[in-house]
Amino acid sequence: MSKLTRYPTKTFECWGMAKELRMDIYNKLAQKASGEKDWLVASGGTEGLIGLPAGLGDDYVPFGGEPYGASTGAMGKSQEMMAYCENKGYARDLCGYCRNYLGSAFGDKFSFGGKYPHPDFYFQLHFCDTHGKWYQPAAEFTDSPYFVIDGGAMYRWPKWNESKERKQNKLNYLVQQMHDSIPWMEEVTGREYDDEKLGEAVYNEIMCTSKWAKCCELNKHIPAPMDQKSMYAFYVVHVLRRHTKEAVAFFDSLYDELQDRIAKGIAAVEYERYRLIHNSQPPWYALNMFRYLEDFGVACVGSQYDFMLSGGWDYYYDEDDVARIRAAEPSPDLKQQISTRDGALTALASWYLEYGLQARSFRFPMLERRNIDVAIARDWNCQGAIMHLNRGCEGWAVGQLEVRRALVENGFGVVTYEGNVADPREYDGPRTFARIDAFLESQGLKKIAT
Amino acid sequence: MGAIEKFQEIYENRGDYIRDWKSRNPGSKVLGYFCTYVPEEIAYAGGVLTSRLLGSHEIEDDSAPHIFGMFCPFCRDVLAQGLQGKADYIDGISDGNCCMHLLQAFEAWYLNVRPQPKMIRADVSCTTQTARGVDYLTGELKAFQKDIEEWMDRKITVDDLDHSIDVFNQNRRLLRQVYDLRKADDPPISGLECMYMVVAGQLMDKKEHNQLLEEALVELDGRKLDRETGSRLMLIGSENDDVEFISMIEQKMTMPATVVIDEHCTGTRYFLGEVIPDEDRIAAIASRYLDRTPCPAKDWPKRIRFDRALQLAKEWKVDGAITLQQKFCDPHEIDMPSIRKYLEDNGVPTYFLELDVTVPVGQFSTRVEAFLESLMLDIL
Ligand code: SF4
Ligand code: SF4
Repeated sequence: MSKLTRYPTKTFECWGMAKELRMDIYNKLAQKASGEKDWLVASGGTEGLIGLPAGLGDDYVPFGGEPYGASTGAMGKSQEMMAYCENKGYARDLCGYCRNYLGSAFGDKFSFGGKYPHPDFYFQLHFCDTHGKWYQPAAEFTDSPYFVIDGGAMYRWPKWNESKERKQNKLNYLVQQMHDSIPWMEEVTGREYDDEKLGEAVYNEIMCTSKWAKCCELNKHIPAPMDQKSMYAFYVVHVLRRHTKEAVAFFDSLYDELQDRIAKGIAAVEYERYRLIHNSQPPWYALNMFRYLEDFGVACVGSQYDFMLSGGWDYYYDEDDVARIRAAEPSPDLKQQISTRDGALTALASWYLEYGLQARSFRFPMLERRNIDVAIARDWNCQGAIMHLNRGCEGWAVGQLEVRRALVENGFGVVTYEGNVADPREYDGPRTFARIDAFLESQGLKKIAT
Repeated sequence: MGAIEKFQEIYENRGDYIRDWKSRNPGSKVLGYFCTYVPEEIAYAGGVLTSRLLGSHEIEDDSAPHIFGMFCPFCRDVLAQGLQGKADYIDGISDGNCCMHLLQAFEAWYLNVRPQPKMIRADVSCTTQTARGVDYLTGELKAFQKDIEEWMDRKITVDDLDHSIDVFNQNRRLLRQVYDLRKADDPPISGLECMYMVVAGQLMDKKEHNQLLEEALVELDGRKLDRETGSRLMLIGSENDDVEFISMIEQKMTMPATVVIDEHCTGTRYFLGEVIPDEDRIAAIASRYLDRTPCPAKDWPKRIRFDRALQLAKEWKVDGAITLQQKFCDPHEIDMPSIRKYLEDNGVPTYFLELDVTVPVGQFSTRVEAFLESLMLDIL
């Protein structure tokens, strides 16, 4: 194996800011639940279009079901929440986040303390089968209105011969639904919608996703400036609030900090000597796995999940017909586009359809999804992949085994482990570590004595 | 062999039927469809035989390297048919932007089954409820029509579409007529026979299915089943062409029971609802697919199917409903507690069972038996 290099490391300066921005959302939700402050809360998925309700006022707070489900798992509260859900007759193999969320609603418990923050309305973008279904029981149980935008008619992959008319039809469909959502929101909240605020939110959403993608591109560098856990801490800012200017400022600072770290040779993993992608979400209650990998000098440097959760990536074939990804570039006249309601909605819808690779991967789940992981493994200088066969999220598990085959065919070693993004009952820690040990041993890696 | 037996024969020997059909229709092609949202009328208008891809209900491990075991057994079973070469008569495949489980089977089929079929996607909307659905789906189906024209190297005319719509509507009407006979106190056809009938129609040329249905209606006139009807049951849920399961209910219980109606995408959700003629034929077809009782995967934000299921239960005077779901099927799983409550609140007792590739007959029969007993107590 290659000789051991010890890189300088340093805690991220952005870390505190990321934490603050994240907790700000949950604190506001707790205030809503306790009655301390009546924020305007819309609850739903947060993978796309979260800026839409922003036109209702500056007091809008998104209550994202998936990040909340993840936090519940990370805080060790899944079993409590899931029990509320299962007691109502819901299956144990449903999406883990969905069970955490619905359990909170049914049990009237908020994982961050206090009661479930009843949203003013539910607002969802659908592209995973679970999306549209998830908030049906929640809306019925809490007797709140529910609107869903169908985002599942995605653009196809570049080589799939999609005609211009077909694409235009998909764009129209999405934009029209977004238009329809505005009078609906006005009606259920009794508020007037402010298009200027919408424009700002759209601008921020696009800038944030693009900037995060650019930050991820910097992780191609050896040694990687970001480790897996830092990526989780940072990307959550765009998952929770990418429609805000604070989030844009955060990703600008992060980008600068990453460049500075690269210039100074600062690594995220002190003895980085082997790089992996971690496919799928992690089991949030068992993040110690990444620390364990680091003991071998292994850095997890990114994946479709970390990179693409909220879009911002361009998938293309280069001149040699090799599939690649790159950070998507916002249009230079974005500021002009967002000056009208229709312009802002069209800009955001086009961005999502063109660069929302997660959504595209869910609706066209195998053929090209394989190429994305191969592109990341190759272009981010990895030697292999660790794959979480994740029983808690059908969205990230679709196509996984074909992705695995593609990685192996392209010369990347893959170790798999079974688990569940949120349900610790489906994860076997010692078994997973034993599999990691065996895999790393086969790659000639031993724990580094420090 | 009468028409009613012929349905079973075609169901069991679909490959033979399709190969024979191809020899009788040179130059035609067969499009295997994964989901009932594929607009079959358009493909049929282009001279294509649309034939649904289903599983075989036999244990298999061929799909294991391609689809992770957390996905529904149906999608894995379907893929296995392709991998085992059992569907070598298929020239093309199509989906209907269905659930992600089946989308995986669809793409894995394209990737791994040889000879590689032509892939013709229909990017149907994920819900049937948005105000913009008809416009969108009309545009998408027009694009689908072009794909079929290119594949078949021929234009689809308005006459072709009219003829196809007629054949499909006629099929829906005839199936409905047979289903209506099951409203009788002593239905002349069993649930099992009906399942063979309705599923065979999804495998074969609708024109030929119509002929058989007409013959079947003659056969059914005055027919009496050599069995007691017993409890009138409804089946509700996922894809279900599990003949073993339905024959267990109708033939292996100590208490008599008959399945008189279903709410499956292999049954009523597939055929109820005609194409209503319109100047724009494709828009008319689009409206039909949006108006039919939706699959739960496409039934949001409101719940359209619950009320429709209840209406069926009432019209067919059921004593109880068995709610069935393919293991791991997320859209049905989320509906399940609510639909059961809805039916029960409206006076229809329910019993829940989870389907796998094969049916654990011993275990299921004890449970269904207990349900039938509880229904008997209710009646008494
Ligand atoms: S299955 Fe996965 S992608 Fe789908 S709603 Fe759940 S967490 Fe989100
Ligand atoms: S049973 Fe459910 S998951 Fe399986 S194919 Fe049907 S709808 Fe999809």
